[in-house]
Amino acid sequence: MQDIQEITLDTLKPGEKAEITKVRVKGSARRKLFDMGMVAGAEIELVRNAPLGDPMDYRIKGYHLSIRKEEARQIFIHKV
Amino acid sequence: MGNREIKIALTGNPNVGKTTLFNALTGSRQHVGNWPGVTVEKKSGRVSYKGYDIEVIDLPGTYSLTAYSIDEIVARDFIIEEKPDIVIQVVDASNLERNLYLTTQLMELGSQLLIVLNMCDIAEDRGDRLYLDKMEELLATPVIKTVATQKKGICDLLDKVIEQKELEQHHGHEIGYGSEIEEKILEIEKVLSEDEGRDRRYPLRWLSIRLLEGDSNVRAKVAKSPVYENVMAIIESIDQEEYEAEIADKRYLAINTILPQMCTRANETLTKSDMVDRVLTNKYLGIPIFLALMWGAFELTFAFATPFMDMIDIAMSWISEQVSSSLRPDWLASLVGDGIIGGVGAVLVFVPNIFILFFLLSLLEGSGYLARAAFIMDKLMYKIGMHGKSFIPMLMGFGCNVPAIMAARSIEDEKDRLITILVVPFVSCGARLPIYILFAGTFFGRQAGTVIFAMYILGILIAILSAKLLRETVIKGKPAPFIMELPPYRVPTLSTSLIHMWDNGFMYIKKAGTIILVGVVIIWALASFPWGVEYGSEDSYVGILGHAVEPLLEPLGFDWKISVALIFGLVAKEIVVASLGVLYGAGDKSEALSERLMADPGITTLSSLSLMAFSLLYMPCVATVGVIRKETGSWKWTIFAVIYGIAVAWTMAFIIFQGGSLLGY
Ligand SMILES: Nc1nc2c(ncn2[C@@H]2O[C@H](COP(=O)(O)OP(=O)(O)O)[C@@H](O)[C@H]2O)c(=O)[nH]1
Ligand SMILES: [Mg+2]
Repeated sequence: MQDIQEITLDTLKPGEKAEITKVRVKGSARRKLFDMGMVAGAEIELVRNAPLGDPMDYRIKGYHLSIRKEEARQIFIHKV
Repeated sequence: MGNREIKIALTGNPNVGKTTLFNALTGSRQHVGNWPGVTVEKKSGRVSYKGYDIEVIDLPGTYSLTAYSIDEIVARDFIIEEKPDIVIQVVDASNLERNLYLTTQLMELGSQLLIVLNMCDIAEDRGDRLYLDKMEELLATPVIKTVATQKKGICDLLDKVIEQKELEQHHGHEIGYGSEIEEKILEIEKVLSEDEGRDRRYPLRWLSIRLLEGDSNVRAKVAKSPVYENVMAIIESIDQEEYEAEIADKRYLAINTILPQMCTRANETLTKSDMVDRVLTNKYLGIPIFLALMWGAFELTFAFATPFMDMIDIAMSWISEQVSSSLRPDWLASLVGDGIIGGVGAVLVFVPNIFILFFLLSLLEGSGYLARAAFIMDKLMYKIGMHGKSFIPMLMGFGCNVPAIMAARSIEDEKDRLITILVVPFVSCGARLPIYILFAGTFFGRQAGTVIFAMYILGILIAILSAKLLRETVIKGKPAPFIMELPPYRVPTLSTSLIHMWDNGFMYIKKAGTIILVGVVIIWALASFPWGVEYGSEDSYVGILGHAVEPLLEPLGFDWKISVALIFGLVAKEIVVASLGVLYGAGDKSEALSERLMADPGITTLSSLSLMAFSLLYMPCVATVGVIRKETGSWKWTIFAVIYGIAVAWTMAFIIFQGGSLLGY
């Protein structure tokens, strides 16, 4: 069985939904992500990539939040 | 007898309609300034209502009250230290969950809280149902519905404010963080309470929670306390990152338990805003639309500004003539006419430009597109060591560097902001165009257009290279993470944009005005003394100065006259043209000046190119220097900007002139 911790947020495809399991981002960005609702258990959906590919537009807690792939790579999810 | 006073503070997430509500409350009775020591805008206003004199303070929009940004620190310090009678949180009724996260933190600050449910129109049109009574009960806080854009609910709000003020009772409702964390909170509270000399404005529970979350600002606040060591001992015993996550979790958990009782959201359908986004941030259409919009904004700026600029120009010349011919003695006429009116006029000409730029910026912000611009441009900007949010300020630089630097305020990270401020002056503003037109037109004939275009490109390249260079040297590090809400698109209100334009434009006139005046008088004095010389001639101090710097500028192909013109150009770059007119005895007529420049063997095609590059890059004009000083709050960085600009300009002009000479041009 695949370890659910393996999947990170940046692997999500547009339209796919997932649940956040762990935020491994460090530093002040960690704080900010929590404040913006990126907490364990929150449901998140990738809406689209920016026209140049990065950053990403996610829907979380009923609004749109944009973060770079760099941070998304350190956020763990499992798909729903 | 005077009215009774009430002081209220408006807080809330960005884009919830705080500014609109503030304007609806206070109308024109506003005052804009800065919070002491920081470059965060402070807006306050007054409203008289039913015998009360209510002071309204608009706090910066924040998602949280941590120490993540200076905005958040300003907001929470104000609430704790200034103790407003009532803290009003403006909440976007169509996005309750995330908005309530801030509420959970405001409750911990121990202030009298009042919640304004704004944007009720959007929530209700969508089919959401809001249960106000339940909300008041669960949050233990009064709740008022408003639609700020339609001025609905304003009187209800004011009535409630007065009612609450009369009650003087404190609501208490706090989040529980689970037994483990609560235990730690109690422990820290106990230790902190042993310090008899502590600042009692700060609630102990709040301090304790903040310390557990690793809030550096709060830690600094208790650093001088005699119990600091003991507090740190507790903090070091925990896994702070885990606590940080746990505390945020618990806050959202608390919200999620009560949310379903307070409102039911309509089934999620594709909103209008989402549909707009499908087009505006579309993979293929996003960039072309973005470019078209930016282009349109520029066309608009110039189309609107030009008639006003012409009017100001004509008016200033007329006033200057009247003054010169009527004032006695002659030196006074010259000071006021040539110096002050001439110089200030040269800067005033850009006021229409600045006003329109601020207006457009406010439209972009109010509509929600500003965030998309950052979203679209971030990848490119990141590559050059900058943040997506730096793009719009840099773009505004093409109009005028002053509002561009002021627009950099929206960038939260200090380093990102500083880099933006330092590179904006290389973006070729409107004042430099007359110089290109004169020289490219005179020396490049049919290639003039290409040369002017090349100057713009050169400015952009230098800005990019400078950003990279700064990142490698004095401002090390990567751009801050991009964590940004893409707010729903909304129709911006005209009055909000007009007020924003007026406030910022006026601030420019006031602040820059003083600096410009000083600069103008100094340069006038240099041009008029020693006593009796002809204004700006070879024998005046500025002429002597021109001769003195000539050896430095000679390798760039400039003689003393050009040097003098460049010194005048410090006031505003387009003055270079006017002063050359004086120095060449050609007056205002550009054809005459063009002919005389051609006839001067001292200026060649090559040196004119070098001069254009130099004018583009050398020291920002005095207004820009003043704004850099104000926005960075540091003389060190201001002086750095000046010296760096001159060094870059000199090097570039040197390469052009000497390189060109070597190649035989
Ligand atoms: N439909 C609707 N739009 C609103 C309301 N209040 C504000 N807006 C719009 O929302 C946008 C953001 O408002 P603004 O006051 O700048 O928000 P701030 O960032 O909180 O200061 C603007 O375009 C406003 O016109 C409201 O009650 N209903
Ligand atoms: Mg605002």
